Amino acid sequence: MSLADVAAALMFLGVVAYAILGGADFGSGVWDLLAGGPREGAHLRSQIDRSIGPVWEANHVWLIYVLVFLWTAFPTAFGAIMTTLFIPWLLVGLGIVLRGGAFAFRKFSGSVREAQLHGAVFAASSVVTPFFLGMIAGAVASGRVPADGSGDVWDSWTGPTSWVGGALAVLTVAFLAATFLAADAERGGDHALAGEIGTKAFWSGLVTGAVALVAALAIELDAETLADGLHTRGLVFVIGSAVAGLATLVLLRQRRWAIARLTAVGAVGAIVVGWGVAQYDWLLVDELTIADAAGARATLIGLIIVFAVAAVTAVPALIWLFVLVNQDEWSTTDH
Amino acid sequence: MMILAADELLAARYQMALSLGFHIVLSCFGVAFPAMIYVLHRRGIRNDDPEALALAKKWGKAAAVLFAVGAVSGTILSFEMGLLWPGLMSTYGDVIGLPFALEGIAFFLEAIFIGIYLYGWGRLRPEVHLRTLIPIMASGLFGTFCILTVNAWMNAPAGFTLLPDGTVTDVDPIAAMFNDALWQQFTHMYVATFIVAGFLTASVYAVGMLRGRRDRSHRLGFTVPFAFAAVAALVQPFVGHVAGMRLDTDQPSKLAAMELATETEDNAPVVIGGVLIDGEVRGGIEIPKLASLLAGNSFDTVITGLDDIPADEQPPVNIVHWSFQIMIAAGTTMAAIGIWWWWRRRRATEPGGEFDSPWFLRATVLAGVLSVVALEAGWITTEVGRQPWIVYGVMRTEDAVTSNSGVWISLAVMVVVYTSMAVVGSRVLLGMARRWREDDSLDLPTPYGPSGVLQSDARDPEAVG
Repeated sequence: MSLADVAAALMFLGVVAYAILGGADFGSGVWDLLAGGPREGAHLRSQIDRSIGPVWEANHVWLIYVLVFLWTAFPTAFGAIMTTLFIPWLLVGLGIVLRGGAFAFRKFSGSVREAQLHGAVFAASSVVTPFFLGMIAGAVASGRVPADGSGDVWDSWTGPTSWVGGALAVLTVAFLAATFLAADAERGGDHALAGEIGTKAFWSGLVTGAVALVAALAIELDAETLADGLHTRGLVFVIGSAVAGLATLVLLRQRRWAIARLTAVGAVGAIVVGWGVAQYDWLLVDELTIADAAGARATLIGLIIVFAVAAVTAVPALIWLFVLVNQDEWSTTDH
Repeated sequence: MMILAADELLAARYQMALSLGFHIVLSCFGVAFPAMIYVLHRRGIRNDDPEALALAKKWGKAAAVLFAVGAVSGTILSFEMGLLWPGLMSTYGDVIGLPFALEGIAFFLEAIFIGIYLYGWGRLRPEVHLRTLIPIMASGLFGTFCILTVNAWMNAPAGFTLLPDGTVTDVDPIAAMFNDALWQQFTHMYVATFIVAGFLTASVYAVGMLRGRRDRSHRLGFTVPFAFAAVAALVQPFVGHVAGMRLDTDQPSKLAAMELATETEDNAPVVIGGVLIDGEVRGGIEIPKLASLLAGNSFDTVITGLDDIPADEQPPVNIVHWSFQIMIAAGTTMAAIGIWWWWRRRRATEPGGEFDSPWFLRATVLAGVLSVVALEAGWITTEVGRQPWIVYGVMRTEDAVTSNSGVWISLAVMVVVYTSMAVVGSRVLLGMARRWREDDSLDLPTPYGPSGVLQSDARDPEAVG
């Protein structure tokens, strides 16, 4: 494995972490959108607030992590992705600003009306953002981002793989979030709410699986290099994801929310890793390899050292945060 | 085509200016506010002072709103590095990427511990809870350092060799980080965060006191941030002076614009006011020899004039000159307000009794406004003063900008979104303050939660439709 491969693997680790942790936060917003009026949605919205309130900013940093790794280790690829995919990135940025701002504003709104407005912005942007991130992933994975950034500003990210990527992203985060929320509600002692969200998790899991099959077909037809990779060294991850996904559905039926959350993470993590493994050693599929995109050697070494520093500083802190929020006293309301 | 390209460049610069100008104020709170909360929180638990503790808790909630908007507006900046300036990032991403990655660690720690701190009330042991503020303060310091290494590098590029064919080689990311402008710029900005967060927070309480709310809680809320800001405002002129001293050798075009120096000379004067029209200074008051003295601590210091700088390498002179002077004027006024406070404090016999002068409180409100003015003006001085270069002397801004034609549209969207964020954010914060005044309870029940909905059910059935 070369230095560039190591840097790419570390960067992709951020993609996986963001898909799971950031994904669960976005997905919570999807359920917020579907929670109905203020009265019937009150319990679910409060649960969402408790579940993602303490963690969303930390989970969000994974996106910054990926971007910084990309421009530091693979500067030309960063330039190319940002130039060709200007429009979807702009929409993602817009979604991120509106979502973060509105989430904080809603918590401290003075009236129900105000909270409804902020809540609607938060929830809607929680759908929009993963959708366009999925489209971006589809564009890269189907080989539509040229190394010099000269791709068409519309066609590059509106191919079949992008559409299924966007749809799958929204469904996946919704499924993941529902398993997280069900486990959190159960721990907070609200069994009725856990059951309610658990049912949502089950059905969204089923739909996600069905759409994944459609996505597989689209990838076969539209993204040859990725499809080849998924048949060969990516296959084990695809199978792993399918097995974990099915196991999650069974566990959800048995109302075993805490374990179902783990298998759901496994299912999502496996398919994201599978994507990365399948498109190796392309950074921009069919256009730019990891080796060709790599920046200066001294910087790659520096970046790996920075990662090691992060592993001994930020990771223990992150673990402490997750341990805290999973304690009983953190699962109940403030007041 | 040329004109179109120039227009896109302008749009990209406006967009970057808007996003940075917005984020820089919030980042001041992210860096300096935790220290102020720490002082109150510590006092609250060590001295068994419930008012100080209540204030710390309120500020924590206000910080939650400010930090959230700061986190997402900071994310936008990382997008814009590539969306607006792909030429810079494609060429120099691996030269200046490392401090960004280090800043990522700082951002991580900050976000993690903010989550723990904000939700830790009543859930963590008081001493442990208080200590979670320390990593937040430390990551604010370190994050500022990392970001300023990059900005300083753009002013004093180092750590690479540019070959005649335009390729970058011999990349040394450590040398790039520790460039010649780093320490001065970092210190100047770090001190500024305390001035801005301190005076703005103090000014909120000054307004309350002017309206007759002179309880102990208001005095505490006024004094703690004011003390931070007053110290910082007195230190800042010296820091700023040192920061400016590298310019005569390193960035003569920026200095010439700041000082409105038309001719290269020693014993150069400072020009107060004045505009450059057709190469000539109109208006303004000259103070002989002062510019040379300030730039190099000697009358003999030669200041390069605009006559020795090619026209296509000059920044927009009047903008730089005026923003520099506005920064100096605002900074001097704030330092004077700080001195006023220390002087009155020394003479006061009764602690706290010296702040009742309405004129002093009005001056503090002014200082709150001036702190932001000085921050933005100083930042315009350094950024616009670097033009036409994005990397001084190495890469022109026009060569870094995106080839995309949609920048005006994205700029328009940003203007709308950032304006709404500012308006809505202020409304939310003011609403929080109002509810705290009306009700002694520190907790603000979320209106969309079960208790909130039930409450408003009883009061206002219409609202629940």
